[in-house]
Amino acid sequence: MIDPAPEPSPTDGRGRLSALMRLWPFARPYRGLILLTFTAALLATLAQLAVPLITAAVVDGPIANHDRAGLIPLIGLALVFGVAEAALFFLRRWTMGKSCLRLERDLRDTLYQRLQRLPVAFHDRWASGQLLSRATTDVSTVRRFVGFGAVFLVVNLVTCAVVLVLLLLTYWPLGLAVLLTTVPLSVLAMRWEKRYNVQSRQVQDQQGELTTDVEEAVQGIRVVKSLGRSGLVFDRYDTKASTLRTLQLKKVRTLALLWCVFELHPQLTLAVILVGGALAVHAGALTVGGLVGFVALFTVLLWPILSLGFLIAFAQETASACDRIGELLDEPITVTDPPGIRPATIGSPARLRFENTGFTYPGSAEPVLAGVDLEIAPGETVALVGATGSGKTTLTGLVGRLYDVTAGRVTLDGVDVRDLPLAQLRSVVATAFEDATLFSMSVRENLTLGRPEATDADVEEALRVAQAEFVHELPWGLATRIGEQGLSLSGGQRQRLALARAVLGRPSVLILDDPLSALDVHTESLVEQALREVLSGTTALVVAHRPSTVLLADRVALLAEGRIAALGRHTDLLAEVPEYRDLLAQDSELAEALL
Amino acid sequence: MSAPTENWRGVATEDTEQLSTGAGIFLRARSRRLLGELLAPHHRALWGLLATIIVQNIAWLAGPFLIGVGIDVAVPALSHGDPGPLIWITAAMVGAALLDTALRYVFLTWSGRVGQAVLLTLRRRVFAHVQRLPLAFHERYTSGKTISRLTSDVEALAELLDEGLDNLLTALFSVVTIGVVLIVLDPPLGLIALLGFPALLWVARWFQRNSTAAYRRTRETIAALIVQFTETFGGIRAVQAFRREPRNDQLHAVLNEDNRRAQDRTFWLIAVFVPSVTLIGNLVTVAVLGVGALRVLDGDLAVGTLVSFLLYLRRFYDPLQDVAMFYNSYQSASAALEKLSGVLEEEPTVREPAEPVALPEAAGELTFDGARFGYGERTVLPGLDLHIPGGQTVALVGATGAGKSTLARLAARFYDPGEGEIRLDGVPLGRLADADLRRAVVMVTQESFLFSGTIADNIAFGRPQASRAEIEDAARAIGAHAFIDALPDGYDTDVRRRGGRLSAGQRQLVSFARAFLADPAVLILDEATSSLDVPSERLVQRALRTLLADRTALIIAHRLSTVEFADRVLVMDDGRIVEDGSPSDLVGGTGRFAGLHRAWADSLV
Repeated sequence: MIDPAPEPSPTDGRGRLSALMRLWPFARPYRGLILLTFTAALLATLAQLAVPLITAAVVDGPIANHDRAGLIPLIGLALVFGVAEAALFFLRRWTMGKSCLRLERDLRDTLYQRLQRLPVAFHDRWASGQLLSRATTDVSTVRRFVGFGAVFLVVNLVTCAVVLVLLLLTYWPLGLAVLLTTVPLSVLAMRWEKRYNVQSRQVQDQQGELTTDVEEAVQGIRVVKSLGRSGLVFDRYDTKASTLRTLQLKKVRTLALLWCVFELHPQLTLAVILVGGALAVHAGALTVGGLVGFVALFTVLLWPILSLGFLIAFAQETASACDRIGELLDEPITVTDPPGIRPATIGSPARLRFENTGFTYPGSAEPVLAGVDLEIAPGETVALVGATGSGKTTLTGLVGRLYDVTAGRVTLDGVDVRDLPLAQLRSVVATAFEDATLFSMSVRENLTLGRPEATDADVEEALRVAQAEFVHELPWGLATRIGEQGLSLSGGQRQRLALARAVLGRPSVLILDDPLSALDVHTESLVEQALREVLSGTTALVVAHRPSTVLLADRVALLAEGRIAALGRHTDLLAEVPEYRDLLAQDSELAEALL
Repeated sequence: MSAPTENWRGVATEDTEQLSTGAGIFLRARSRRLLGELLAPHHRALWGLLATIIVQNIAWLAGPFLIGVGIDVAVPALSHGDPGPLIWITAAMVGAALLDTALRYVFLTWSGRVGQAVLLTLRRRVFAHVQRLPLAFHERYTSGKTISRLTSDVEALAELLDEGLDNLLTALFSVVTIGVVLIVLDPPLGLIALLGFPALLWVARWFQRNSTAAYRRTRETIAALIVQFTETFGGIRAVQAFRREPRNDQLHAVLNEDNRRAQDRTFWLIAVFVPSVTLIGNLVTVAVLGVGALRVLDGDLAVGTLVSFLLYLRRFYDPLQDVAMFYNSYQSASAALEKLSGVLEEEPTVREPAEPVALPEAAGELTFDGARFGYGERTVLPGLDLHIPGGQTVALVGATGAGKSTLARLAARFYDPGEGEIRLDGVPLGRLADADLRRAVVMVTQESFLFSGTIADNIAFGRPQASRAEIEDAARAIGAHAFIDALPDGYDTDVRRRGGRLSAGQRQLVSFARAFLADPAVLILDEATSSLDVPSERLVQRALRTLLADRTALIIAHRLSTVEFADRVLVMDDGRIVEDGSPSDLVGGTGRFAGLHRAWADSLV
């Protein structure tokens, strides 16, 4: 039924560059700044090379010739380059912050806006945690790569090339020897980095497992406590935490090996340089200053070599991040306004019609709804009754196009809902969902969600209908923050707020999904009274599990096997349709037994 | 930027978990204590690590020194036809390099082991502690907050242990040793090299002072962004159905821009700090080069020594740049440590007794003796006296807020009464071992939480050692077998995370089966049938008649149909029992229950 979110595609090296190129539209507005960052980074690195070269010049020039005066221009030059390096360094970091943080912001805004408009069917498939990790971790990876990885990938390659040329120019046999020592280094580094990446992923996965355990142990704390299973839950967690430690230690060992090669390599190479250099000086092929410069230049080369492996891995990681982000950006917005659409005139209340409506969930072979025909006259209220899993909630979702029908159509005043602008459709149709979703915002903001223009009187009226005046007694009244980050409310209170949200502004079509299930008998009857007067002025479809809710409706539709199996007044259905009686009559049977 | 932020988030009690100002660099006493406790078992290892890193640094420092000696001694010796010094020095360089590398490996893996051991201990401790904390804590401290304590806060500390501490130790230690070496190598040049230090300290102080607030701000802005994101897509149906998208776009853009500004501030601080360190390093290098060259000219200094000196100088200033990065992870970690130690300081008020009274077979007789309970200032139960004989089925009715759930929770010892006591078979609940109490008393609530795993796993949660046959019997007994059997994998169907695949009613049936498998002497049902549709509720109620025959039961239900098979009905109002009798007596009477019942009967058909 629900497919798990697709796994991130493995890094395969193919199309990596094209994945990175997806970033171009986001980088384009800041290309000037980014170019400045690149230039500053390159110049700063080249300025670094000046110090060793000047050192060599000092040894071979003024020192060898005992020329004190000759020292001054060289030292002056070293000073200029030293200051320039720091200044360029500042310029690089400063411009980087300006450009890539904006790029990150734009990318995240775009992603958020797009995700909000993807159909509910998409969100059914994707856990919000998956989306979050793409909008935070992956977007940050992109930002760090653009501002840092990409810059140094280019700069370090250039530095390596320049330094190697300089080394070869200074004394080519020794330069060649240095070049050759980097070969085994790269091979080893590549291999271990690959292993390290695999182990990192294992650690991440295990951390995810552990997080699941934590979430369940905290959210299910009542069950755990009630059954006294703290020990069991702890043992489970402990096993996973111990596995995580084992995996972490594996990773640490690989990382240690990697570090050690990079630590060992330059030191051994220095020994090679000393031997080769000494022999060369002895043979007269190299001056002492040349040897000094050689050693100093080599130290400049260290970081670029060291970082290359890491930077290549970074580029691959970023390419995968781009793929993951791209996957979301490429997802088609299937529920959308057709081109050239114009608002139609929809009466208030409107006539709602299901015409041979069918619906099949994506990836499923069995249709949930197969040919529903139902007409609700303006101002009429129809209750929808059916067994669990009969498709009641699905049917209600089709009116506001949370899902699009896969067969037949749904019309409002004769206009197919797919031919109405989404904004109009969703202002005409209001829904109170079974699970009362509240956001971490003020009560008022929670109520007015999509109707910021609602007046205080509208809000008061809605609160009265839903018997939700309790909000005035909250610490800050309508300004009190509720939801996960704020004050917690009882199930009944949440449900009344969700109802108030739906009736706010008296919509033309009202859809209520089991709106009174969490209320106590007393509150329920109060809400019913107030609701009746709202229902008289609007077209309504009410999903009902209880006779009391059914009584709000003028007619009742029984949904079974994807069709409307029976339609009529409650008392008639009760008398004539055994299946209906089975669904709703139990309470009365018991009541009779009691009295 | 237009200002659509006007108060949309609403007002809430200020988050008192915030790190107080000034707590940035020095840990508070309780954080220090926690850190001390965590590190205590590893004292020897820490000394060993310190020794390793000292020897390793010395081996590492030998390189530039030997190169200098090589240039000064071996090169001239070679020109006199003596390859001896060159061979020795090269051998020494290779030896030092190998020793350095080997010790480095030992240090990294060893410190990794210590770090991971500390983390595992911390994870176990916080997890077990959170499990022990009373329900009152979990209701006050939202699940989201508890989860982030156990995940992101522990990971902030892991990051510090993983990379930060190692980098810092190495950096600090290198700085100290290199400083000493520089002075020893050539005192005048060494003094020049150290001249940069006061400037360096001043820059570092500036950075530290400004970055504390800046980094804290980034953590706040990213958290706000994550909340907005998670809630939008967690409630996407409501978002789309109520055309919330444009407003959300605005709000997200503002939060995103806030985050950018906060980040930009830290980028700016680093953009000033790191180049300043470079500048100081470069100026010192130029001074050393100038003065050094003059001294070489005067014959006071060998060329090789100057070269080693310059090499050391580079190693002296480079690690200092990493300190900025370390400082950031240190700050997150100390904030995390502060919050973690706060949670660990929470008292598990509903405690297991030190010397429990054994109760292997409970008969299920419950007594409330002057039990008084309140949440904070508000008294819910002013003083309750109630006796329920073993085996009796009691229905609790009354309006919302009458204290029904509180009574039930006290009976399950989710809370302890402020005054008076509750006894099971004559033993106060507080004197029973948790294992005995939980075997005897089980509560099923309205929200039926399912754990990831199969349906069978979830039912077996009631009694982990139960066989498959027993699991299926439990499901059959409450009428859940039919729907489970119809699922593609039957009892082995994965419920996915938080039971996403099952309807609310089906989840409730599974949690019923779980409770029956536990086979308690006292069963408490708090709105446990509210999500069932009528046919399922009918099945459950039929099952209850037989299942409750030989146990004590406390049933809370809005729908009065449940009351029908109760032996006794208690009507509660304002924390007191106002009516007490058999269902037929009460229905026939003139009291509140008769009224409630009439209202309910009217609501049917």
